[in-house]
Amino acid sequence: MDNDDPQQFSVRTDTGAGGEPMTEVRYDRASALDAFTTMWRIRRFEEAVEDLYGRGLMHGTMHLSIGQEAVPTGACRALRPDDYITSTHRGHGHCIAKGADLERMMAELLAKETGYCRGRGGSMHIADTATGNLGANGIVAGGVPIATGAALSSRMRGTDQVTVCFHGDGALGEGAWHEGVILAAMWKLPVIFLCENNLYGMSMSSAKAFPLEQLSDRARGYGIPGVTVDGNDPEAVESVTTDAVARARAGEGPTFIVAQTYRWRGHSKSDKNLYRTRDEIEDWRQRDPIERFEHSILERGLVGRADLDQVRAGVRDELRGAVQRANAAPDASAADLLSGVYAR
Amino acid sequence: MSDHGAATGTEVRVTGATETTVMTYAEAIRDALTTAMRRDERVFLMGEDVGRYGGAFGVTGDLVDRIGPDRVRDTTISELGIVGAGVGAAVTGMRPIVEIQFSDFTAQAMDQIANQAAKIHFMLGGAMQVPLVIRAPGGSGTGAAAQHSQSLEAWFAHVPGLKVLMPATADDAKGLLLSAIEDPNPVVVIEHKLLYKTPGQVRTGYATTPIGVASVRRRGADLTIVATGVEVSRSLEAAERLAADGIQATVVDPRTLKPLDSETIVREVISTGRVLLVQEAVKTLGFMSEVAAVIAESEAFVHLRAPVARLAGLDIPIPYAPQLERAAVPQVEDIVAAATRLVREW
Repeated sequence: MDNDDPQQFSVRTDTGAGGEPMTEVRYDRASALDAFTTMWRIRRFEEAVEDLYGRGLMHGTMHLSIGQEAVPTGACRALRPDDYITSTHRGHGHCIAKGADLERMMAELLAKETGYCRGRGGSMHIADTATGNLGANGIVAGGVPIATGAALSSRMRGTDQVTVCFHGDGALGEGAWHEGVILAAMWKLPVIFLCENNLYGMSMSSAKAFPLEQLSDRARGYGIPGVTVDGNDPEAVESVTTDAVARARAGEGPTFIVAQTYRWRGHSKSDKNLYRTRDEIEDWRQRDPIERFEHSILERGLVGRADLDQVRAGVRDELRGAVQRANAAPDASAADLLSGVYAR
Repeated sequence: MSDHGAATGTEVRVTGATETTVMTYAEAIRDALTTAMRRDERVFLMGEDVGRYGGAFGVTGDLVDRIGPDRVRDTTISELGIVGAGVGAAVTGMRPIVEIQFSDFTAQAMDQIANQAAKIHFMLGGAMQVPLVIRAPGGSGTGAAAQHSQSLEAWFAHVPGLKVLMPATADDAKGLLLSAIEDPNPVVVIEHKLLYKTPGQVRTGYATTPIGVASVRRRGADLTIVATGVEVSRSLEAAERLAADGIQATVVDPRTLKPLDSETIVREVISTGRVLLVQEAVKTLGFMSEVAAVIAESEAFVHLRAPVARLAGLDIPIPYAPQLERAAVPQVEDIVAAATRLVREW
């Protein structure tokens, strides 16, 4: 097999934990609408910030997850509001799926005092304690040991909270991933390491970097179950996450999930897409998680076209309002920069 | 209980309990750990070999029997993972203490210390706090050579968001650790291996030493020595020898590198007009470079009768052979010589 073939990691749903029955999540109307709304909010939020950036109205850099929306949507639907997530530099989707407020996110990216981080963090550092989001992270795999610690904390405090650690395939090259996972495996902590395999760590092909039949095979080396799932299908992602959450809550320890997906945009704003082909990008655009899901739920008669139009109109209005109010908010102030370094 | 309002005190202030007992620096740390864990169930310790083994330097000793293995938690040899797990536990309601076996190994954990723990509170606009304590022994003198003997306090003091403490006595080893555990910020406590077996009077019970308050260990009119870590006791010994030669030295122990009690240092420099800064760490860009700058920028500058003098470790990795290791960092006789020159020549 060609080592550079991005299809190398085929989708194989297998818990590797002895073949116990898998949950199969099949949405009803409410769930279908909810999942569609979340994916659409992520997509439109990112397209809006891309547009603002392109017009010179937004500062800094950003990492867009357009094309990957089904992963956070499916995974976070399997969680309770008090469960934790840790996120990545490509974290808008995780943030939104866990329930963050679009206006405060937009205000943060627009460098406003009303943003989640009061303009101190920007796109790569949004956390939302109210929804259990322990934060995006600018360091690849930085959130992995932190997720282990959050799970340790839940265990020690006697709660049954679960932590989902979102990370990319690039994180599999970091020592932090290894160290975070072994501690969690040793202590059988309630944490799920969820790899969004979008096939590239910046420009490095994960198929080339990790010569495994399945990326999830790596789990075996840590003594935990590994499972690969179609990351462009929210029901499939929710199914495997539900299983992993059940294992975690039952004290059976961590699970490694690899969700196969693809980022349509470049790594960041500096990416000229020299390491992948137009055909490949086009091929994955044909597997748009939102379009696919839309067809599926329409076909299954769960929703009608008018329902989806209503969702789209609602998200359009929500985003329009978020951008307008965020723009009108006061700019982040330098007045108390020094006093914000240490907590009192 | 503790009195954190004592921010202007300069002598060791008794901040609650007044009874004292003699214990070693290591026993004082264990006493602080026991006291804190019995007082607050959110407090726990994790690190390599801190359980049944009792810690690489015997600091935790029988702590696992006193508190139990859940809260005196052995880890794999994974410094980055341990500190990261500490960060995760700290932001979700626990009060973790992590032990790094040698401060040199913090290099393995630096992302979690410098990029995560130190920055989370500021970077998130104050949305989260990281009440994490990192204990790590530093310093040379054990024949363990270059990768087990460094004095890295300046690395941590250079990162906004961290507090950095360097206890030089058994009482401060306990009192500063208790304050670190109470603090809502990440605090790096650099212990000194050579001090672990040094006994001292230690206040019993929940007796804290406030963060950000220097201690004037001795007073004399001819020069002011500012020293950290193991160089505090060396400076005090040097001061005794200097006194026999008719030179009276003040010795200031900042105790807390960050935040730094500049006020006490400046005042004590003004009172003698001469200052000798002593650190074990390598000289270039060391902590005493910062103290020198603080003095130069302050009103003490116009009271100086002599240039600011620094006595520091040579700019080399710590060597193995005992005579080489000894030559690499300031010893008592080096302090005596430097102080004598400063007073006699100026």
